[in-house]
Amino acid sequence: MSTHEHHDHGHSPGHSHAHDHTSFQPDIKEPSEDWEFLEIALRELLIDKGVITAREIQDQIETWEKKSPEGGARVIAKAWTDDDFRRRLLEDGNAAVAEMGFEIEALKLVALENTDTLHHMVVCTLCSCYPRPLLGVPPLWYKSREYRSRAVREPRAVLREFGTDLPETTEVRVVDSTADCRYLVIPRRPEGSEGMSEAELAALVSRDSMIGTATAFALDGAGRSG
Amino acid sequence: MTGPFQIGAKVRVSQGLPPGHVRTPQFLRGREGEVIRHFGDFPNPERLAYGLSGLPKLHLYQVLFTMDQTWEGDGAYAPGDTVAADIYETWLEPL
Repeated sequence: MSTHEHHDHGHSPGHSHAHDHTSFQPDIKEPSEDWEFLEIALRELLIDKGVITAREIQDQIETWEKKSPEGGARVIAKAWTDDDFRRRLLEDGNAAVAEMGFEIEALKLVALENTDTLHHMVVCTLCSCYPRPLLGVPPLWYKSREYRSRAVREPRAVLREFGTDLPETTEVRVVDSTADCRYLVIPRRPEGSEGMSEAELAALVSRDSMIGTATAFALDGAGRSG
Repeated sequence: MTGPFQIGAKVRVSQGLPPGHVRTPQFLRGREGEVIRHFGDFPNPERLAYGLSGLPKLHLYQVLFTMDQTWEGDGAYAPGDTVAADIYETWLEPL
């Protein structure tokens, strides 16, 4: 069976049409863009020539899919409760998160602390750079042309669409992740969260608050997050 | 060791339009900003992309631009809002 059947239309999702060891079922829709065909051609060549196996590709996908924003939220909760850790995180992100078991190979992890006068919001206008070891696979909107082009030009409009309305006295600093750094936003710790445990605090840290399109969940008077 | 630019240095991003893999966003070409951070030195991505070593390494800076200078009023931002980008030394000219 030819591996080029990936290009055919009409088979149902999940249909296993290839049964040999080179088989690989991508998660994407039927390809239509040039770059999608290029990816398929390159992947099939690498598998056919024995450079990598389909199993290795699948294993990598599953490894990354196991990572989630819960990792980042644990880091933020620790930074909120431990001043020394927060200082280390701001000074050398890679070393600080390594203390918690997170490996960030090759790239420089940079933590950005939000305050009442400075709010960071992260984008990668060139592609989709994202601190995956801490936040998992990025949301589709983060990779969209719309977010990538609008975040740097109309950040206040984008923030409002995420339900984030900041006073003009707060500088919105859009941080374009253009090179070797990966950015993690430390959102402001919600008022009324004094005395909460790290685990309770981590539940207040949304994925979007670590990208900077949102703030951490606020607490109502009864201490519930809303 | 912070390379050719000090923190606080005023710089302009080159206008160049070289072919190939480039990590300097188009919307910042020709814009003036301020170096706010030095990240160290990294292999040159414009060479790494073609299987070369990327050596010698280049200094990488975080440069801060005002939204207003970048978009000249044509955007949705507050007067004090900014955009920061990571730019390699070869793209920066001193002012």
